[in-house]
Amino acid sequence: MAYAGLSLAIFRYVGIAAILAVACILPFAVGGYRTSQFSQVLIYAIAVLGLNILTGFNGQISLGQGAFYGIGAYTTAILLDKTAVPYWATVPIAGVICLAAGFLFGRPALRFEGLYLALATLALAVATPQILKFKGFDHWTGGVQGIHLDPPAAPFGLPLNTDRWTYYFCLIWTIALFILARNLLGGRTGRAIIAIRDHPLAAAAMGVDTALYKSLTFGVSAMYTGIAGALGALLSAYVSPDSFPVFLSIKFLVGSVVGGIVSISGAFIGALFIEFTPNFADQISKAAPDAIFGMFLIGLMYLMPRGLIGVFDLIGVQLRRVAFTKRQK
Amino acid sequence: MLSGLANGGIYASVALALVMIYQATHHVNFAQGEMAMFSTYIAWAMIDAGFPYWAAFGLTLVFSFMAGVAIERIIVRPVERAPVLTIVGVFIGLLLILNSLAGWIFSYTIKSFPSPFPSTAWYGSKYMSSHEVGMIVVTLTVLILVFIFFRFTPLGLAMRAAAQNPVSSRLVGIRVGWMLAFGWGLAGAIGAVAGMMAAPIVYLDPNMMSGILLYGFAGALLGGINNPWGAALGGFFVGFLENIAGAYVVGTELKLSVALAIIVGVLVFKPAGLFGPTLVARV
Repeated sequence: MAYAGLSLAIFRYVGIAAILAVACILPFAVGGYRTSQFSQVLIYAIAVLGLNILTGFNGQISLGQGAFYGIGAYTTAILLDKTAVPYWATVPIAGVICLAAGFLFGRPALRFEGLYLALATLALAVATPQILKFKGFDHWTGGVQGIHLDPPAAPFGLPLNTDRWTYYFCLIWTIALFILARNLLGGRTGRAIIAIRDHPLAAAAMGVDTALYKSLTFGVSAMYTGIAGALGALLSAYVSPDSFPVFLSIKFLVGSVVGGIVSISGAFIGALFIEFTPNFADQISKAAPDAIFGMFLIGLMYLMPRGLIGVFDLIGVQLRRVAFTKRQK
Repeated sequence: MLSGLANGGIYASVALALVMIYQATHHVNFAQGEMAMFSTYIAWAMIDAGFPYWAAFGLTLVFSFMAGVAIERIIVRPVERAPVLTIVGVFIGLLLILNSLAGWIFSYTIKSFPSPFPSTAWYGSKYMSSHEVGMIVVTLTVLILVFIFFRFTPLGLAMRAAAQNPVSSRLVGIRVGWMLAFGWGLAGAIGAVAGMMAAPIVYLDPNMMSGILLYGFAGALLGGINNPWGAALGGFFVGFLENIAGAYVVGTELKLSVALAIIVGVLVFKPAGLFGPTLVARV
């Protein structure tokens, strides 16, 4: 068995290395437009991962992630527009601001259970574009017109055009944030987060400060989403209030559910799904992407609540079982 | 101020529809607004085809009732006892499907919806149009009808029983499952009234209900999501508050934030709402 475990671990590392290699070569294999699409996939993956941490692992349902995505994007845009902060430094700042915003929103949200939290966050998402359009903030936000940005240029004279450099910039952030999520959820903190989802009372009895952990998880999730928003602003080089409609939040939920809401790597599958489905479905009708999202959402809830990654896991377990019984004989 | 009351009537209807479903099943129906929107499109299509207004109105109510029952039986029933996340997912999915279907069938162009009431000002009053007065009358009529239905008919009694204590109701021979489906049907019909009353003001497009739904939520929470009359009152109050705040405090651009503030405020300070019984969870 030890041998089987070892070979599986090797298999896994080889797999990850292969995926990383493909991810690194990708911008040179496809055109500029596809490259920015894949950058968007990475950005969505970060946002979906943020939602997974909150909803999948901690059990707090959020339909308002788009609001934090918007805050992150606007932080980057305003910093670039009004101050001399370099673009790469705006991303962590956006992350920190969203961490604080999420923590502060998560604090009163502690009182909400399940549906009520979904409701309050939905209200947040619906109100976001209006708040961004508020005349009093016009000086900062540019009002309905939004803010145009310069796309980031490659540093150190690297021979990369803007599309490719943005892609690599997003890739670096994605890798860092996924490792962070893995370590966060794999350790003691992660066990506490999951325990709160499964049985809040028991978790409290075991000495977990549920209030603190829940609002911190909210903050971390908002941080992920905010960083995704900041990267999104750099990628599209433009922000406006209507880029953050309530459907953006719902899109993240769809990505989460499709990939598998209680998983880390599932976020990539979900991100690929929400980025490329509209591309194909648009040819049928303007309304088709939403209809497909809706059907997937309901269908997956019925058939495989653990998402596509759950199906892959099941297949993996079956294969392992087959391999094991063969060896026994 | 008085036109705020008219909007309040719409919010009260939506709040009432939400509470009906919440009481029976403890689900908050996120697709309520889209159901109302879809019904309104059906009414529009019928009026466009030459039906008289009130005939289309009645037929739409029948259609919405049946659609509500069908949605409960086909889509919601299988996940009745599933975790909250599953239910939220299914409702959001429903919302997306209805929204895009409406866009698909009726296109996204904004349509105007006729009002059954004369367009002249009401008896020379400069504060309210006839449509707004009509709206208030219609909503109040709906509220009274719903009240009579629940208070004085055997079916209404059975539905209340099914919502309050499903097990005992089943023991005395009430078909609890069907009562829930009827509840959905009624909620669909009430929502349709709200949609048809709102459409002449906000115009008809697939996203017309998102703001209204939010105000409906706010009203339902404010009045107490366990209390239909409180919810209806809360809806009126929210409409009133929205108008006052829109006119004097925050301006029209931030109106939706008023709903957000009400929702968060109620949930933080008095989660049971103004008229709802305080619930104690058993551990």
